[in-house]
Amino acid sequence: MRSLKRFFTRMFNLAASRTHDQRIREEIEEHIALQTEENLRAGLPPAEARRQAILKFGAVESVKENYRAEGGLPWIETLLQDVRFSLRLLRKSPGFTIVAVITLALAIGANAVVFAVMNALILHPLNLPEEQSLYAIQHGSDNDPGESYPDYLDLRDRNRSFDDLAAYSIGQAGLDTGDNASAAWIYEVSGNYFDVLRIQPYLGRFFHGSDEHGPNSAPYIVLAYDYWHSHFHDDRQVVGRSVLLNRHPFTILGVAPPEFHGTIVFLSPDVFVPMVNLEQVGGVGNVINDRARHWIHLAMGHLKEGVTQAQAITDLNSIGAYLEKNYPQSDSQMTFSLSRPGLLGDALGRPVRAFMTGLLLLAGLILLAACANLGSLFAARAAERSREVALRLALGSSRKRIVRQLLTEAVLISLMGGGIGLWGSTGLLRGLSAWYPTPKYPFHLPVHADANVYAVALILALASGFFFGVVPVRQILRTNPWEVIKLGSSGRVGRRITARDLLLVAQVAICAVLVTSSMVAVRGMVRSLHSSFGFDPQNVMLADTNLSMAGYSNEKIPAMQKRMIDALETIPGVESVGLIDRSPLSGDLSGDLVFSDKTTDLRPANAAALCLIYRISPEYFRAAGTTLLSGKSFTWHDDQDVPRMAVVNHELARRVFGSVADALGGHYKLPDGTRIEVVGIVEDGKYSTLAKDQEPTMFFPILQSPSSKTYLVVRSNRDPQRLADAIRSKLRALDAGLPFFIQTWNQQLEGVALFPSRMATISLGVLGVMGAMLVVTGIFGMAAHSVSKRLKELGIRIALGAQRAGVLRAALGRAFTLLAVGSIAGLILGIMASRVLAFIVYQATPRDPVVFAGVVVAMAFLGLLATWIPARRALRVDPLILLREE
Amino acid sequence: MKKKKDVLQGTLALMVLKTLDVLGPLHGFGIARRIEQISGDLLAVNQGTLYPVLLKLEQEGAIASEWGASENNRRARFYRLTRTGRKQLQLESRDWNQTAAIIDRFFAAKAEDLP
Repeated sequence: MRSLKRFFTRMFNLAASRTHDQRIREEIEEHIALQTEENLRAGLPPAEARRQAILKFGAVESVKENYRAEGGLPWIETLLQDVRFSLRLLRKSPGFTIVAVITLALAIGANAVVFAVMNALILHPLNLPEEQSLYAIQHGSDNDPGESYPDYLDLRDRNRSFDDLAAYSIGQAGLDTGDNASAAWIYEVSGNYFDVLRIQPYLGRFFHGSDEHGPNSAPYIVLAYDYWHSHFHDDRQVVGRSVLLNRHPFTILGVAPPEFHGTIVFLSPDVFVPMVNLEQVGGVGNVINDRARHWIHLAMGHLKEGVTQAQAITDLNSIGAYLEKNYPQSDSQMTFSLSRPGLLGDALGRPVRAFMTGLLLLAGLILLAACANLGSLFAARAAERSREVALRLALGSSRKRIVRQLLTEAVLISLMGGGIGLWGSTGLLRGLSAWYPTPKYPFHLPVHADANVYAVALILALASGFFFGVVPVRQILRTNPWEVIKLGSSGRVGRRITARDLLLVAQVAICAVLVTSSMVAVRGMVRSLHSSFGFDPQNVMLADTNLSMAGYSNEKIPAMQKRMIDALETIPGVESVGLIDRSPLSGDLSGDLVFSDKTTDLRPANAAALCLIYRISPEYFRAAGTTLLSGKSFTWHDDQDVPRMAVVNHELARRVFGSVADALGGHYKLPDGTRIEVVGIVEDGKYSTLAKDQEPTMFFPILQSPSSKTYLVVRSNRDPQRLADAIRSKLRALDAGLPFFIQTWNQQLEGVALFPSRMATISLGVLGVMGAMLVVTGIFGMAAHSVSKRLKELGIRIALGAQRAGVLRAALGRAFTLLAVGSIAGLILGIMASRVLAFIVYQATPRDPVVFAGVVVAMAFLGLLATWIPARRALRVDPLILLREE
Repeated sequence: MKKKKDVLQGTLALMVLKTLDVLGPLHGFGIARRIEQISGDLLAVNQGTLYPVLLKLEQEGAIASEWGASENNRRARFYRLTRTGRKQLQLESRDWNQTAAIIDRFFAAKAEDLP
């Protein structure tokens, strides 16, 4: 208590910079005067009396110093002194300071971002109460989290390990709140969903297991907070209101709490709907009682108290065995395991975790390398200051004090770097949080810099400050003031290859690899934008809708689709309008096995090919710009009344029939035995991904093979914005309750098909910048060190008439050798790595003179940048000054 | 070295408290002289070391100080014991006595005294 009180008094004195100087001076004076008087009384002469008094008092300065030390907090005062001195030093060498601060800002910022994402994805994914006992169940060797509804019911009712089991599935539905209908992302959830997750409504109430009484019995919805905020403007009166979901009336029961974003980390729903109403909102017909349809994305629940994971798995497996025995045609591989629910179980969780761990490791390595480089920069600085250090030592400063100042300087730099890095990373994280990578899907990663992130950044900054600040300490401790002042800083020049050199070469090589591969990726991207897709995405607008969202029944769908096509064709400037059920390269695929006409045993093993299916309107090929190689497209008369037909691509014709000529007019079979006549053959195209060539594909007339999914392909030279407006008003006029999404075909390609290559390019670019920064600091440190060590030698060379080139070669030759060795190694490795890159980025090839030249230029530029300051210093060496100083 | 200084400071502080307890409010020189009289040469030189101790005690709240006039009408700073200081003195003198007694007995004990 006492010492605490004293600490606060001292802190106060320090803060108020109140010193007791005046008081102690007066007290000393008073003391000596009194003692003098006493001495006088004892008979000493006046001068001697005062002298004796002063002698008896002792060393005035030391008393004052002790007094001051008692009054304030000496270590803080020393620290402030060191900080002030360090700041002055740093201001005097802005080049060094800027390089060091930027390096640390990038390295610490990278770590903070990676940690924040890890924090959001893995450490605290869902923010649910008692999350530690919440487990998702998954089955089979591939950890499939999907279940069918009947299986889920059996698991829920028969297990003895979970308090209760909830399930959810993600879908899209048309939500009509009175004005325009819009497509909303919905979670179809089990009635007990909110109760299992143990969350309370923000407003109104949630639905419960007791609200379910069989199919379509619970017409209730719960709004997500964000959706309520953006679409209902925080209106508290919404509870009890009726809205239309796919044209079926539903009652709003309540609003979920703001911190709840559903049970998968990166896809927040707008609305929660009981899954017993799947038939109304799912748009997929009645699959709820189908044991073979695993449309539930994930089932999860809290383990009962005292039940271990192993016990729960045994329990689930016994239910699995029961299911396999009773439903052999639909249930297989029913062995269970548990995982965390936030990332769809292990199916997604494991790769994400592995990826994040890798990233964290990489970020850590970057920071480590940055620290090593800054350490050598610091050593160079300490060598330059050896004279000053020697002088201070000679004047009686303690080595501890000098080391403390050096460390203060290092920590100051690292704190500045950390601060800037954190500032940058919160900006980046804010961008990441607000980033919707694909305009159509609500993929979204809510990451925020919370206290954990700040703490990690601070710790990293302090740790790295100490780490690289410690490098020159040995040098200081060994300093012998006599030697330094007598001889000047030592001129020993190491010729052998040190660990530091190898580290530097490795960094240069890694940087060159990154530069090479990001250039390869960029070139590949550019090339793939101009390659042939089998359709022409230029000047095409896609309007995407699903008629089931507006409650169209199967018999009404074809007529409505025809009406939409006709309506859009009347827009001035529109060349053609086609329709396809899912657009190529959108990631949405459907496929089936096909058999040659002669095959009678339609077992999967006998199939001729696995083949993609698209359902199109007769004008699709014209609108999409797909070339018809032979035959013809369909007409609007090719409906259910005429024999089944298809247009196939060149690849299917080749695989099933052997040649185009044989295919036209020929027949093939589907797994159910249906015979299909080939009426036309089109060119091959890109369907599932850009990297896949020649996938067999068939196109069915939409009238023979109906689908409620509708992509309207509108080809026109008009301004996209105006065209989109025109399409919107035409479709609104047809049905105001139909939600749709309009974008250009190129936008869609960028969002989906080119997304992986774009991501790869961006991340390689970011890593490349990091690598470049390491190379710059590394070479800068090395060159600065070698210049300052050889200053005297350089001075003598200049005095003897060396040319500038010669001086530079002597000063920086080693740095450039290392750079060249590293760059060449990196270029070779990079070219090898590009083979891997070709899997992600379509048409990535390193055999490209532009890439080669680009890498050489980039590395040379980095070298120049890094050696600029040391080179100028080497050239500015004035032999006269040097000689005078030594 | 630091240890020795701490011990000195600790005993000095206790002496200051006792002096103020016995003599009432006193200025620094008075305290120094009193300690010198009683303790002999502890403060014969380096009387100044007293002042940091006084400041420390004051910051701890054991003593208080104010300016006043000395016997020959000079401005001087007078120190007096506070209630906390009195309590501290009681506590510490008891501790001290105990410690001293133990150490005494310890030094007095000879090998043959042990059973």
